[in-house]
Amino acid sequence: MAATQGTHRVQVKIKRFQPNVKPEPYWQEFQVEVEGNDRLLDTLNKIKWEQDGTLTYRRSCAHGVCGSDAMRINGRNRLACKLLMQDLGSRISIEPMLGYPVIRDLVVDMDPFFAKYEKVKPYLINDEPAPRTERLQSPEQRERYDDTTKCILCGACTGSCPSIWANAEWVGPASIVNAHRFIFDSRDRGAAERMNILSDRTGVWRCRTIFNCTEACPRGIRVTDAIEEVKRAILYNSTEIE
Amino acid sequence: MNYHKFDVVIVGAGGAGLMSAMQLAQGASIAVISKLYPTRSHTGAAQGGVAAALGNQEEDHWKWHMFDTVKGGDYLVDQDAAEVLAREAIEAVYDLEHWGLPFNRTEDGKIDQRRFGGHTRNFGEGPVRRSCYAADRTGHMILQTMYQQSVKNQVRFFNEYMMLDLLINDGQACGVVALCLRDGTIHTFHAKTVVLATGGYGRAWRITSNALACTGDGMAVAYQRGIPLADMEMYQFHPTGLYKVGILLSEAARGEGAYLLNNEGERFCVRYAPTMEELAPRDMVSRFIYQEIAEGRGINGQDYVYLSVAHLGKEKIDAKLPDITDFARNYLGVEPYYEPVPIQPTAHYAMGGIPTDVDARVVMDEQNTVLPGLYAAGEVACVSVHGANRLGTNSLVDLIVFGRRAGKHIASKWLPEAEYAPLPSDPDARATEIVDGLLSRTTGETQEHIRAELRDMMMDNVGVVRNEERLQQAMAKIVELKERFNSVRLMDRSREFNTELMEVIELGNLIECSEATIAGALARKESRGAHYRTDFEKRDDVNFLSHTLAYRSETPGAPDLRYKPVVITEFQPKERKY
Repeated sequence: MAATQGTHRVQVKIKRFQPNVKPEPYWQEFQVEVEGNDRLLDTLNKIKWEQDGTLTYRRSCAHGVCGSDAMRINGRNRLACKLLMQDLGSRISIEPMLGYPVIRDLVVDMDPFFAKYEKVKPYLINDEPAPRTERLQSPEQRERYDDTTKCILCGACTGSCPSIWANAEWVGPASIVNAHRFIFDSRDRGAAERMNILSDRTGVWRCRTIFNCTEACPRGIRVTDAIEEVKRAILYNSTEIE
Repeated sequence: MNYHKFDVVIVGAGGAGLMSAMQLAQGASIAVISKLYPTRSHTGAAQGGVAAALGNQEEDHWKWHMFDTVKGGDYLVDQDAAEVLAREAIEAVYDLEHWGLPFNRTEDGKIDQRRFGGHTRNFGEGPVRRSCYAADRTGHMILQTMYQQSVKNQVRFFNEYMMLDLLINDGQACGVVALCLRDGTIHTFHAKTVVLATGGYGRAWRITSNALACTGDGMAVAYQRGIPLADMEMYQFHPTGLYKVGILLSEAARGEGAYLLNNEGERFCVRYAPTMEELAPRDMVSRFIYQEIAEGRGINGQDYVYLSVAHLGKEKIDAKLPDITDFARNYLGVEPYYEPVPIQPTAHYAMGGIPTDVDARVVMDEQNTVLPGLYAAGEVACVSVHGANRLGTNSLVDLIVFGRRAGKHIASKWLPEAEYAPLPSDPDARATEIVDGLLSRTTGETQEHIRAELRDMMMDNVGVVRNEERLQQAMAKIVELKERFNSVRLMDRSREFNTELMEVIELGNLIECSEATIAGALARKESRGAHYRTDFEKRDDVNFLSHTLAYRSETPGAPDLRYKPVVITEFQPKERKY
């Protein structure tokens, strides 16, 4: 076990937005004593509970599975609960994710993100009568869409995408990941509908394969690859192309 | 006043809440209120699987599952409820599969199943493959699948609304009052039916697997409105939390063959539980670990032991246990391919909660008198299918079976006859008083020390091992903390997205839940399941084969306690051996 003893002092610079106090965002610095294996989220909690209760951010599970605390940390979208202080150096800058309207401090409005998610029909479509037991699916068929089932809808990928910054209408990587999860599921019958939605001007073609999304994904999903697979499926009108 | 009117208001958007919403989405007007976005709910953190006697891998029967549930719960389980759980788990799992849940598959394309603690073949002969799973992220898949179906069915969500009060009038539930976090407004939801699906309260302990959001909101609000809390002293410590951090390392690891090792490299579970070994129920394994540490066999003399998966090989680890091995790497810097992982028991699950019948209707007393219009399902509820100790994978079963039953009962039995009870006058008065009081107070201490002292006290005095003296100290502390909480002060006094306000309300809820927990533990002078007292080491079926009902009183630290007999249908209580 990597032992980390004792505390050290870090400087955390946070981009604040307190619309009822100041109309413009501003930067504020906090000095905090932390332990190396504290999570960055623990450090934010420490600031909030001990220094400034007005510091505002979302959080819940604190171990990288709920997707609440995506934020821009040292210039990259990450989950604050997945980063340890020992890996962050002594000066840390935190901002809300780009590409989303900011509500307060690090809290952004996720409603447009979920509206885009809903647009791609992110649910199993199959009107055939279900059998009494399970629908069969081979381990290979199951493996086909495994990677994209891991998405926790944190929004880190979408908020890191320059195409979203340029055009807020674009569905963004997270929506395509969730479309992919169904397009390549052997039980699903809605691939054509989704591919139709994703082939219009707000769909997959706005992806410029910049790979920011893949780097941002806290679940390690190969997001850009998934988008490419959907592009190929649309181009060849088939989900069988490898 | 912000007023909304729905046939059904569901509070909580985890597995139980969404499962009941699914039954109601066609034909009734429903709203789901969540203090988070729905996909942030703690169901998503469940890892290992969902039990159902499908028999896909080997012979299995729902009655074996029922027996294991009853025995695992140290016979405090209501056996009529356990029968429902085990029978209906099968169809509920098929429902999830039909909705697209990506289960792992067998070679012939069926849902794959694996072993889990306390699940046996033929009434205890040996482990059985009963847990249906999707790698070690089964809860994530359930939550995502349910949310996907909610989108499909156009369920109306009120995201980031926190329930502050439950409205009861003319002997019937008639709505809830909630705080809209975004702008700080108070909203009254008038309803014929309220479903509480708000989850547990693990955040009352220092070391916990639970999300920061798990603060017992539904239990506390109900308790403050005169509804009893049942068997709160039955709180589960999961044996394998990541050392110091508390993050869960699923029992699936042991189901796949992982070992627990002490400082001598010994698989100590074999000594305590020769048949089930590492797969004995959680309460027992947590005590084995406690005992090893107490006798000086913790690693380096410290308060932890090892969980070892290295012998399973990379391929199996990556295929079956990818997330939990990542947790070990990420948070402790341990590489599970080669190194054992330091673990300690972590506060995990409330077997107790709001008492309900098998249709998830909330009951008010020893006679099971129903409070019309009020339902509870999932961890917030106590049906009781878990008794004194829940088996691994039975929490997800509980969510889907009783969430489903709540929805079905509401749709087919309650709504066809129900009328709206009128709202009480000034329905939002109490909620407004709470919020305005907190926002206007300018003196007093801030929340930090109250929270830290509560969690330390619960960890030290109301943990795996308890006794009279420690529990008395705990209750004295609760009285002190309640007093201090009454004058707690916020640093943030704005209305817009005030998460400090939310946290302080949550802290108050944790204190309420803790009070009921300690009161039940003090009065239960026996050891049963998760409730282990060094001063009463034996189970006492003569005096305590019954459910505790704790009613809040105006005197802090002194809830009224009543007792309700356990329902026994088939399995007479016996000594638990594994």
